Amino acid sequence: MALNLGLTSLFLAFLSAVYAAVVVLAINPRKQEAWVESARNASMLTFPLITLSALSIIILIVQGHYEVAYVANASSSTTPWYLKITALWGGQAGSLLFWSWLMSAFTSAVMLRNWKRDRSLMPYVILVSMITLAFFLYLSLFIENPFERLWQNLSTGDVKPALFQPANTQLFIPRDGNGLNPLLRHIGMIIHPPMLYLGFVGMVVPFSFAIAALITGRTDDEWIRTTRRWMLVGWLFLSLGLILGGRWAYDVLGWGGYWGWDPVENAALMPWLTGTAFLHSVMIQEKRGMLKVWNMILIIVTYALVIMGTFLTRSGVLSSVHAFAQSAIGPLFFGFIAITFTASMILLFWRWDRLKSETQLDSLLSREAAFLLNNLLFMGVAFATLWGTLFPIFSELATNQKITVGPPFYNQVNGPLLAVIVLLMGIAPLVAWRKSSFKALGRLMWIPAVLTLVSLVAFYLLGARTPASLLGYGIAAFVGFTTLSEYVRGVMARMRLGENVFVALINLAARNRRRYGGYIIHLGVVAMAFGVVGSYMFQQETQASLKPGQTLALGGFTMRFDSLAQFPLDDGRQVSRAEVTVLDQAGNTLGQLFPRHDLFDSGQPMTIPGVRSTLGEDFYVLLVGWEPIAANGATFKIYLNPLINLVWLGGLIFIVGTLVAAWPDADEEKRYIAESVSTLERAVKAS
Amino acid sequence: MTHTIATSNTMPLVRSGGGRMKFIIGGLLIVGAIIYLIFTATQSTAQYFLTVQELKDRQSSLVGKNVRISGAVVGETITYNAQTLELKFTVANMPADLKEIDALGGLGAVLKLAVNDTKAARINVYYKGPKPDLMKGEAQAIMDGKLLADGSFVADTLLMKCPTRYEQAIPDQAK
Repeated sequence: MALNLGLTSLFLAFLSAVYAAVVVLAINPRKQEAWVESARNASMLTFPLITLSALSIIILIVQGHYEVAYVANASSSTTPWYLKITALWGGQAGSLLFWSWLMSAFTSAVMLRNWKRDRSLMPYVILVSMITLAFFLYLSLFIENPFERLWQNLSTGDVKPALFQPANTQLFIPRDGNGLNPLLRHIGMIIHPPMLYLGFVGMVVPFSFAIAALITGRTDDEWIRTTRRWMLVGWLFLSLGLILGGRWAYDVLGWGGYWGWDPVENAALMPWLTGTAFLHSVMIQEKRGMLKVWNMILIIVTYALVIMGTFLTRSGVLSSVHAFAQSAIGPLFFGFIAITFTASMILLFWRWDRLKSETQLDSLLSREAAFLLNNLLFMGVAFATLWGTLFPIFSELATNQKITVGPPFYNQVNGPLLAVIVLLMGIAPLVAWRKSSFKALGRLMWIPAVLTLVSLVAFYLLGARTPASLLGYGIAAFVGFTTLSEYVRGVMARMRLGENVFVALINLAARNRRRYGGYIIHLGVVAMAFGVVGSYMFQQETQASLKPGQTLALGGFTMRFDSLAQFPLDDGRQVSRAEVTVLDQAGNTLGQLFPRHDLFDSGQPMTIPGVRSTLGEDFYVLLVGWEPIAANGATFKIYLNPLINLVWLGGLIFIVGTLVAAWPDADEEKRYIAESVSTLERAVKAS
Repeated sequence: MTHTIATSNTMPLVRSGGGRMKFIIGGLLIVGAIIYLIFTATQSTAQYFLTVQELKDRQSSLVGKNVRISGAVVGETITYNAQTLELKFTVANMPADLKEIDALGGLGAVLKLAVNDTKAARINVYYKGPKPDLMKGEAQAIMDGKLLADGSFVADTLLMKCPTRYEQAIPDQAK
């Protein structure tokens, strides 16, 4: 029942999306109002239809219909109920459908919110978003259908998934499912994919508006305002997704770090980088009427990277080019990216004349020039990341020899570029629009510069002795001080009007939330920069096999191995759990840790660290081995990660700043948010 | 408050003739620097991904160079000293190409085949560090490291891959 319902509504959603797109293409939207309304209704109909389809999968999972291949892959009878619901996005086919569901939710929100305001653009917003949605629904229907059932061939006994019963087969019902990969049974992994997808999908909306503006020729300020707001929404979720992903890696993957420049991570980072570049350069367009073509390009590239990110992580292209050629999904994605990118660029050239700058750049020492530099650097990091991610593919195609570049490549290229970006973040807000002078800059910067020098002495005395680390800390400190100085100046100006410090601070931020919210984001980045420099340059590690009572020292701490227990859990995993005590140099007990190692019945191991976490550092203990012969011995690996918690704290500040900057202004916007939130809530409740 | 000048787009433009040029030159210089950075970093960090057979074939030219190899672990050759954390084992040549692996019946079958093929090229590996959980016979080892003059391989990092029933793409677990 649920299967037929889900499959039918999925098919109807696909038809609705195609219908809406075809209608817009076939009519003259300015004359045929009724048809536009019809396209709008069809595009909004996709949301309830895909909701039904997604609900059907969840019902199939909860009821344990293991004859459905997706259900058998993504859940099992021992899977707890909440993981059964999140199993909707736990596997490939389900996450593809989940992507479409979010996409249709965003489209409906856009239809409700922007219909009246951006009336002339809307038909083409429908067109672009429905083409994108139809593409993903097509994949769900014909390539990776989550409703495929397992069929056993009566003569050979082979089991294969198929939508409809093949000849000479019978339905195959496995006793139980595989279950979700244990590594993904983590709170970060439950929230992380939805955040990432919300970010991806949110960035499709700006692209729809950009293309609509190009088609209609209405390339004035109207579309860019709408676009900026939606880009911020997508950007907020993508930022959250990246931070949560890093936290998950740190908690679960057991190598003491949070970012490994893995292709899966890069795929999410690249659109974030180009989106960040856009959010900055859009200010120049709003204030000075410049860079219109460039902003279009940034949106088009961001969209292409969003689609490519989805493609890279699910087509198998990264493990081998030949695997990519084998599966149908790879060429389809490749074709879709090629077509949408080419079409967008043709539109852009067609409208080139309308995108002429209204003003010209005046000085190399101006806010505009600083933003341009910011954009070049962000694009540089994005390009280097793309280069590194695709390099194995191209090398294999060109030389039939797989050549990879790993984290050292990214550290060498992106390290310096990101350092310059952070430095620029401290200087640019002090540079005036149009034209500034070194004298004016010097007046604004000397106090932060002096404070930075004082801090550098402090960092040196605290143990940062290498030039690279002093440079890193120095840049972060300088940016922190200049950003704070902006607040101090603003507050002091208001205090002269008779406000006290707190009132002045609140009013300052409330009057210009975009600007001061932006500075909060910058302060978050400063905190993260301290965390990254500390944990990357001063990480220490050691490893040893210990017998109970033996100790291992690292960076002023000592760890004593107390005992090891091994026991099975109900869900079939075998747990090895060590008890260790952390002592300081004087021998005082700081606390007990319980690093453990879970071996799931599927053979999948999971190493869960025991961490003593303070603002200064994490003492991160992994239980990496034990020998049956020396039954009472165990092997430990310890990492000392200085300042790592500033990465998470900075991430939190970053998100708060984004909320301050992005929160809609007028009452109208509040109503809209309430509407879309309640729609989402209803959908969540319904599921 | 020099930084909050509100400008009007209709303001007449006064600019020198070379105004645009300096931006183009500045931009090109930065783009050039970034490309140079990418180019040199690629050269210095690129790493060949070889099979055991390819490594043996090109042994003379590869001694001392950083390479990444993958091979099938021969179970009975694994020795591990838990006190010194020294791990030694032998890997047998196996195809790296996924298409070839699929054609031969999947990763599990290929690993079994490689280990039992006495004619397959083999190489001795030395690794200092804790023994990974998945280190056992007929597992795939992916190693970064150097080839020594005596024909053995010293691995700096060791990553194990087993036939898995999970389909999700997740970042590598051990670095």
